[in-house]
Order: sequence, then C-alpha cells, then structure tokens
Amino acid sequence: MSEQNAQAAKRPPIETGCPDAFQYMHPVMRRNYGQWAYHEDPRPGVLKHVAHSGDAIWTIRAGTQRILDVTTLNLLCDIGDEYADGYVRFTIRSNIEYMVDKESKVGPLIVELEKNGFVVGGTKNSVAMISHTQGWLHCDIPGTDASGVVKAMMDEVIDEFKGWNMPNRVHMTTSCCQINCGGQGDIAINVQHTKPPKINHDLVSNVCERPSVVARCPVAAIRPAQVNGKPSLEVDEKKCICCGACYPPCPPMQINDAEHTKLSVWVGGNHSNARGKPTFQKLVAAGIPNNPPRWPEATAIVKKILRAYRDDAKDWERISDWVERIGWPRFFELTGLPFTKFHINNWKGARNSLNASTHIRF
Amino acid sequence: MADKHNTPMLDELEHGPWPSFISGIKRLRDQHPQERISNMANSLLGQLEHSYETRKGYWKGGTVSVFGYGSGIIPRFSEVGDAFPESREFHTLRVQPPAGNYYSTSMLRQLGESWEKHGSGLQTFHGQTGNIMFIGSTTENTQHFFDEINEYGWDLGGAGPCVRTGMCCVGAARCEQSNIDEIKIHRTLLNNFTDDVHRPALPYKFKFKVSGCPNDCVNSIERADCAIIGTWRDDMKVDQEEVKDFVEKKGRKYVIDNVITRCPTNCLSLKDDDTLEVDNRNCVKCMHCLNVMPKALSPGDDKGATILMGGKRTLKVGDLMGTVVVPFMKLDTEEDYEKLTELAEETIDFWAENGLEHERCGEMIERIGLVNFLDGIGLEVDPNMVADPTTSSYVRMDGWDDEAEKWFKEKLQAAEA
Repeated sequence: MSEQNAQAAKRPPIETGCPDAFQYMHPVMRRNYGQWAYHEDPRPGVLKHVAHSGDAIWTIRAGTQRILDVTTLNLLCDIGDEYADGYVRFTIRSNIEYMVDKESKVGPLIVELEKNGFVVGGTKNSVAMISHTQGWLHCDIPGTDASGVVKAMMDEVIDEFKGWNMPNRVHMTTSCCQINCGGQGDIAINVQHTKPPKINHDLVSNVCERPSVVARCPVAAIRPAQVNGKPSLEVDEKKCICCGACYPPCPPMQINDAEHTKLSVWVGGNHSNARGKPTFQKLVAAGIPNNPPRWPEATAIVKKILRAYRDDAKDWERISDWVERIGWPRFFELTGLPFTKFHINNWKGARNSLNASTHIRF
Repeated sequence: MADKHNTPMLDELEHGPWPSFISGIKRLRDQHPQERISNMANSLLGQLEHSYETRKGYWKGGTVSVFGYGSGIIPRFSEVGDAFPESREFHTLRVQPPAGNYYSTSMLRQLGESWEKHGSGLQTFHGQTGNIMFIGSTTENTQHFFDEINEYGWDLGGAGPCVRTGMCCVGAARCEQSNIDEIKIHRTLLNNFTDDVHRPALPYKFKFKVSGCPNDCVNSIERADCAIIGTWRDDMKVDQEEVKDFVEKKGRKYVIDNVITRCPTNCLSLKDDDTLEVDNRNCVKCMHCLNVMPKALSPGDDKGATILMGGKRTLKVGDLMGTVVVPFMKLDTEEDYEKLTELAEETIDFWAENGLEHERCGEMIERIGLVNFLDGIGLEVDPNMVADPTTSSYVRMDGWDDEAEKWFKEKLQAAEA
C-alpha cells in the first residue's frame, strides 16, 4: 500500500469526550437525581441514602487490587449481575461500589464479595483504600513500586478498613517519586531521593533538550557543560536537593538508586473544608528503606502513627485536626519518631510555617 | 508459552488477606486462553520481578498516539525488552470515564472484551487524574483498541501539556450534600475543551475538578487548576425534631463536644430545649455539623458554586492550593453555564499566552500576582479572595480613589439588582 493510501485508510476519531453518565446509572439514582434527603451508615462498608421521594438505595463498597486483570473484572461483573442490580461505580480511591434498591440484597452481596476475596469496608471512620500510582509496573521514573507497597500495607491495616475504629476517616496515599501523583493524604508514603542524579554523559546531548532540563531545576543547580568533549549537563551537587525533577525530561540523569532512594512518611494532608481549611501533609519520617517485596519498615511507622491517632484523637478529628490540637512536640512524643533539622522548612516563605508566638504546650 | 519467569519476590505479595494484583497477573499468565495475553503477562511479571530485585524501573517513554490525536496514550518501551520481549511495548491508553464514574456491568464487560482482543487484559478504574487506565498494549494495537471503543462511545483523555480528564464526586446522583449539578458541569467544561484535551498545546497540564460541597471529595482545591465547589448562600436547613432526636440518642455531651464546639466560627448553640440555634451570617459552610447530623441539617436553597484556581502539587515551586476567584456564582440557567465556560476559556487563553513552559496556572499566579491574573481574566477583586489584606506597606497606591469609588459603585449596583 502506498503511504497515501495507508493514510486514507486511517479512521478519523469521533471526538465525543466525556461520556454521559446517566445511561450507566442505577435507575433509583437517575430518578432521584438532586433529590436526596439524608444518609445512614447501617454497617461498615454500607451506606443507605434516602431520597425526598421516599426511595432508598444501598451502596456496598469493596476494596480490590486496583490493577484488575480481566478475569477479576468479569468476576466483579458476575457478582453485580447476580447479587446486585447490574450497576456499579468506582470511588476516587478505586473501590468498587454496588448499588441495590432493596435492603434484602445487601447481606447476600456482602457474603459473595467476601467469599471471592474482596474486602467490604472503607466507609466513615475507617482507614480508606490507599490511593496510589503506577510504580515499577508501568511508570517511567519510579523509585519504588506502588501496587506492591499498597498490597503489603493493606494486608496489615485490613481490620481498620473493615471497621470503624478510627476517630475519623484516614486517607492514605503512596507515591513512587517526589512529584507525588498519589496526592495529599492524612498519611502519605512517598519516595524521597537522597543523592544527586548520576549522569550518563554519553547520552545527554542526544536524548535531552538541555535548556528545558536546566529550567526544570527548582534550585538552579543544573548547568550546561562539555564532558569528555560532548555537550552535556552538570549538577552542582552541593546545591542539588535530589528532587528528581530533571529525570523525567532527561532520563540519562538517573535519580533512582537501589540504596539511596528512600521512603518518607508525611501526615496531616486534608482536602476537606470541614472544621478547618484544607491542609497539606507535613514530613514526619524519612530515611526509611525502600525494601521490596513487603516494605516492613514503612508499614511499621504507618501503624505507629495510626495507633497514636486512634488512642489520642477525639471523635471526628482528622489527623490534621488532632495534631493542631495537641501540637507537633506531642505528636513526635506519642509516635516515638525522631524530630530533626530536616523537619524544619528552609524554603522561601518558610518562616510562615514557624512558630511566631508563645503558644507552647508544656 | 515460553518458560515461566521465576518470581520469588512477587510471590511474597500473594500472601495476606488483601486482594493481590500479582495473583491477578498470574491468572492471565496461567489461565488465559489467548497465548498472546499469557505471554505478555509472563513477560511483565519477569520485568517486575527484575525491578523488585534491582530496585529500579525499566520503562521508557516515547511517542505513540492514535491517528488524529496528540495525547491520551502513555507510551512505554522496555529497557530490558530482550529479556522480556512479549511486553517490550506496553503502552497505557487513558480513556475518559463517564462523569462520576458510573458503569453498567454490561458496559464494563464490553470494554474488558475489547481490551482482551487488543491489549494485556489489565486495567485500572481509575488513575489519579481520573482516567480509566488500560495498561499494556503494543503500538499497533493502541490504534485498533481505540478504534473499537471509540465506535461505541469512548474517547481518550489527556496526557502531556493539555486540558486533562476531569473528575467529579458522586454528587447529586447519590448525596444529600450536593449543591450543584456536578455531572453537567464536568461534561460542559471538558467537552468544551475536547480539542485541548486531544492536542497538547498549552504550557503544561490543566485540570478541572468538581465537588458538590465543601467536603471536596475529589480534592479539587489541592489538585485542580480550576476547582468548582458547590455551596449555598442562604440559611442551612435545620429539622429541629431530628436535632432533638439526635441529642436524645447521642446525649448532650456528645453533641456539645462533637458539633457545637467544633464549629470553626462559633455559630452553633444548643438551646435548653435541645434545639439548635444557628448564626447563619457567620457560617462558612465548612460542612462539619452537616456531616455529623445529616438527617437534621441540610444545605440551604440558594445554591451555587465557589470557584478556586491554581491548585497543584510540589513541582516546581512547592504545593499550592487553589485561590478563590469567584466567591459565588449561580449555576442554574444555560446563561450561567455559558458564563462558567467563558471564564474557563478566558483563563486558559490568558495562561496559554502568559504561562512559561511547564508552568502550571497556579505557578503563573504566584509569579505575576493575583491582581494581574484577575485583570487578565476579567474578574474584579473581592475580600473573599484573601485570608488577610496585605501586611506590607511597600505598595504603590496610584489610583486608590478610583478603586475605592469602583467598590462603592459595585455595592450600589448589587443592591439595586
């Protein structure tokens, strides 16, 4: 086929964009759109919403492995057809939700889900499913795996997912580089690089658009250089903050390292406006080994924080509310984590995060 | 199938009570009737085990797109493809979900079948931006898969410097706290920018997220360049009988400790007859009391949206939350929606013109200042946009009188309207 014919044979896309949701929505939800009166929480993992019309709908939420093989996807559909009404949705934390129009369908659906290994829970004051990124399975710049870290941690906090044991909901996230695609969380487990990138100077000039790489560095530590007679880039290693921002646009600047890529834990990110304004997560622990396949050291720290929060926070306090009430010194005391100079923000505008008062809890 | 790769480290992730993604990929390897899929799964497991052993990733990006589009596919080529050849090309297609992430099981099966025909049989609902991620296809098959699902109503999402796939909460479909039509807003905005989703030509990514109430379940203030959040202007609704019932069930101490004293602006008071008094003028719609007592308390009737712009994560000037640019707007009529779309267009145009390469909208606001940004998109200043007025006296004040007069004129106009 000539090139022209090959081009002509290509099918132009139909640019429909975001599909209409109503065609896939449970009829009770469609009928009562915008007309819901209140909800109740009959048991962990189950929500009951009641509309002004008197209609009610029960939602059963279940955790899955998120990376779904098609066999598992079909199994979830089979369960939906036999025990629910054939309609599902996914939460932004990748849980599956089944909606049913009768209370009598709730029990058998839960039994079937659990029989097949899915975990019913993740509502109200539980530890929700950890939202996560792609990691070694599919990302081009990962310092660690994502699905693996999450699987290992959810194994350990599964009872907190299934129950209502926490003062308020706990949203956890993981990210496999410092760009932090996993987002803000009550507890976030993120990669933290600790050494500057290792540069393959033979490749830089062919692979990288050097001016964009220079511009990408947040601390202006990268400059053009001739290395071994070739145009390349060099890093002022004293200035470098090891963030890895140069690595995506310039893969020969390898930031990941089997030993020096570590994990860090952050707490107090909260997207909600409830009570206080939304908050960003803050560093509490670093230097944690990136230790596949089960990352026991990171999990141990997360469990320590969860325990302190569970025992000390008041009802409805998110981790950010709790720390605001008790103060950071007590947080470090209760969790037994070390406080170091690295916890102090040294960036531009950072003094806004320092204590400019005599408000101290003794 | 070629010899199965040994995966002693990954096997450790098959233990424990949480569902295992490794067991899922092994099911594809060991039980899937198509040899292409089982080989691909075997190869993928081999490469992943190699990553676990060496603590390194082995995927590289590249350029892959479907005919007519410049984005929507995340290309992945293996750096260790000689050792794991069947997953040498392992691209992800980002597909836009229906707003609110609703599916019928029959549609999920259909998507799964198409993906089995052309891809690896692995998918995620959804990625962090909100796309369905169909993970693992060859360059050639990305086109075939897209052609097939595009014929029955599915389109690619964004990737690269473009308008990205949007996100909205469950909203009016199943939540009593909803104040806006999240699905309509989501689709109106995204489908107005279809060209900007498919053909990356902006300084960097731009994300719309829609939450029906200030609980902000889709994390829009912290993650979206443009956050649309439902709220209300009039009094919240109080069903005093339900309040009394709640007090009786939970006890006064619980209500005082968990509702009354948790109000951030001290607007609540429990009266002697166990009914609730609300200082609605000072309520900031934080949602806490409504969350605790959903049966007794509800949003008011005069509903609309607050719009914040410029939220984003760390890279490269540090985390930025969105800033209020529209304290309140009604979203009832078609004209209201046109106004919203125009605002979004003004914003993206201004940012496309003035943003630096790889600079998010929030970083541009940080660089040029909020006042210049507002001026650029045609909005007036409002005290709801600040936590505090400036604390620095080093400001040029030319035109103070004109600006003060403008303020009073606007007040007058608003009062007359």
